[in-house]
Amino acid sequence: MTDVTLSSGKATARPRRPSGASIGPRWTNALFVAPYLVFYLVLLVYPLFKGIWMSMLQSDMFDDTSKFSGLANYTRLFNDKVFIGTVWNTTLFVLMTVPVFVVIGLLLALALNRSDRTAATLRAIFFGTSVMSVTIVTIIWQMMYMPDNGAINGVMRFLGLQPIPFITSSSLALVAIAICTIWWIIGLPMMLFLAALQQIPGELYEAAALDNASRSRSFWSITLPSIKRTLLVVIIFEIVAQFQLFGQAWLLTRGGPNNASRPIVLFIYEQGFRAWNLGYAAAASEVLFVIMAIAALVQFFVSRKRVEG
Amino acid sequence: MQVSSIELDSVSKRFGSVEVISELSLTIHSGEFIAFLGPSGCGKSTLLRMIAGLETVNAGEIRIGGERVDHLPPGARGVAMVFQHYALYPHMTVFDNLAFGLKNIGTSKDEIGRRIEEAARILEISHLLQRKPGQLSGGQRQRVAIGRALVKDPKAYLFDEPLSNLDAALRVRTRVELARLHQQVRATTIFVTHDQVEAMTLASRIVVMNARKVEQVGTPMDIYGRPATEFVARFVGSPAMNFLAAQIRDRGGLASAVLGDGSVIDTDVPVTALPAGGELRVGIRAEAIRARPDGALPGQVEVVERLGDRTHLHVRLMDGSTIVAEDKGASQVKPGDAIRLAVEGATAHLFDADGLAYHARQ
Repeated sequence: MTDVTLSSGKATARPRRPSGASIGPRWTNALFVAPYLVFYLVLLVYPLFKGIWMSMLQSDMFDDTSKFSGLANYTRLFNDKVFIGTVWNTTLFVLMTVPVFVVIGLLLALALNRSDRTAATLRAIFFGTSVMSVTIVTIIWQMMYMPDNGAINGVMRFLGLQPIPFITSSSLALVAIAICTIWWIIGLPMMLFLAALQQIPGELYEAAALDNASRSRSFWSITLPSIKRTLLVVIIFEIVAQFQLFGQAWLLTRGGPNNASRPIVLFIYEQGFRAWNLGYAAAASEVLFVIMAIAALVQFFVSRKRVEG
Repeated sequence: MQVSSIELDSVSKRFGSVEVISELSLTIHSGEFIAFLGPSGCGKSTLLRMIAGLETVNAGEIRIGGERVDHLPPGARGVAMVFQHYALYPHMTVFDNLAFGLKNIGTSKDEIGRRIEEAARILEISHLLQRKPGQLSGGQRQRVAIGRALVKDPKAYLFDEPLSNLDAALRVRTRVELARLHQQVRATTIFVTHDQVEAMTLASRIVVMNARKVEQVGTPMDIYGRPATEFVARFVGSPAMNFLAAQIRDRGGLASAVLGDGSVIDTDVPVTALPAGGELRVGIRAEAIRARPDGALPGQVEVVERLGDRTHLHVRLMDGSTIVAEDKGASQVKPGDAIRLAVEGATAHLFDADGLAYHARQ
């Protein structure tokens, strides 16, 4: 059965809706996204705002009291030489590691983008280190770096050279942590680049070969533009990840010597869970959050501008 | 404009222990449009890629314009290729796609501009030059791919199944445009396809390949009218040629084929050329078999295919074999009808056990 309406001389037949169908939003459908939404709100949004709120409090963990102090924690932070030092250390660490992750990760991916057994084995080896825990990684590198009987200094002595004080020198401690970190997780950017490289159709390189393009020309004109999105993802991901340096610094150098390798997260940890200055630690966390957001956004906009240009 | 011949001299290609091209020799004349036709895996694309330099040659020589090129890199051979999936550089504009190859060999900016303008005019893509490939339709991408070959003014054009990604209507239109373009440019062209219609309509000569070897090289009408082997006869022509087992009887020097049900097809194939005493197969194209009340072959219609201008009748003969016959467009025949078929024996071919063909004298 159909309802027939007449309007402007035209007959329009509107079929009656079958029972059960409805027009407009069905709020029960929200149940599908509810589990994610609950976790998102409870574990991300709530802690974010709770953190901001905490950073404006002077909390006393012992009698569980706190009083609002406005931006006092922030003022104190920016006058704290140790904190400023950790910001500098962390930034330096990011500048040391992220370009290396991109360049070496890409070079490894280019070299191992083959289907033979050797390449597969090497891919597994390079990625293998990424699945190790930070404890294992730092133990391995402690054995490498130890001043007296470490592997590297053993080789140095064997060659008749002076041992290098990797983790005991304030100028080398951060570099030592950077090397250890690169060794640890270089496999991930390599895998991301490999996945991107394998998406490039082989025909493009064949067309380029017929177009007289040299290998370097093919790289700059075909490979690099084809993987630019992955490049951006790797850079932003690594900036965010390396700003959160903690485990390696804690286990290798404890932030020393003389705060030379103390990163922001270690400062937050020490203030929050050793000195129980929760408000102060929360303020430092917010500063780290802003620095990471700015770094990632700058990278994002610079890359987008270059792509569009 | 450069126009060069291409000579393949006993070229072979192996992938591991599998030989995909075996001692193949072929001369492609200057300015000729030649098609490599064959089913998937017959080696036609490999052969094209060997000429382009994208596959190595294990033995033999390839010469373009008399110069040996099989040891040269692809870019140094002076050929241009149009790929099946276009292979346009996705992040470059159409203009940059066309200019890329020219920039790499140091062509001046003015000359690049002039050549691109000319190619864009011929291919009617002038309004697309600032777009990127992702913003183009399949047909437009195909034109850009052809344009990229055109601007290089190559010694030869190599097309690797360039129409297979287009829809049916666009494929027909592009086919005609390619034919027109070749008449205009007159360049040596090799066109790889598995579509016999493309090969027949475009090429001045067809190389039919099967199982890594050349079955026949000839003009389209040679290939259609005098197929060298049973494979060629089956592969070229739609519907495929009918094959019926037959005993041969001498009819004053010409062969008569006696079919399983006793009916006879009088061919014009000389008996002297045939192998002695063997059972052969007679091959007849559908258009040489007509439904006629006085026909010699009785049968029952199983399927009627109406194509508009003609009708194909799939008929089961008394001995159980089926053949395809042709009738007029407005055929009254229906499935299940008992009909009689008249065979035009003069156009029939005979094939021996090895698949070799025997034809009437020309």
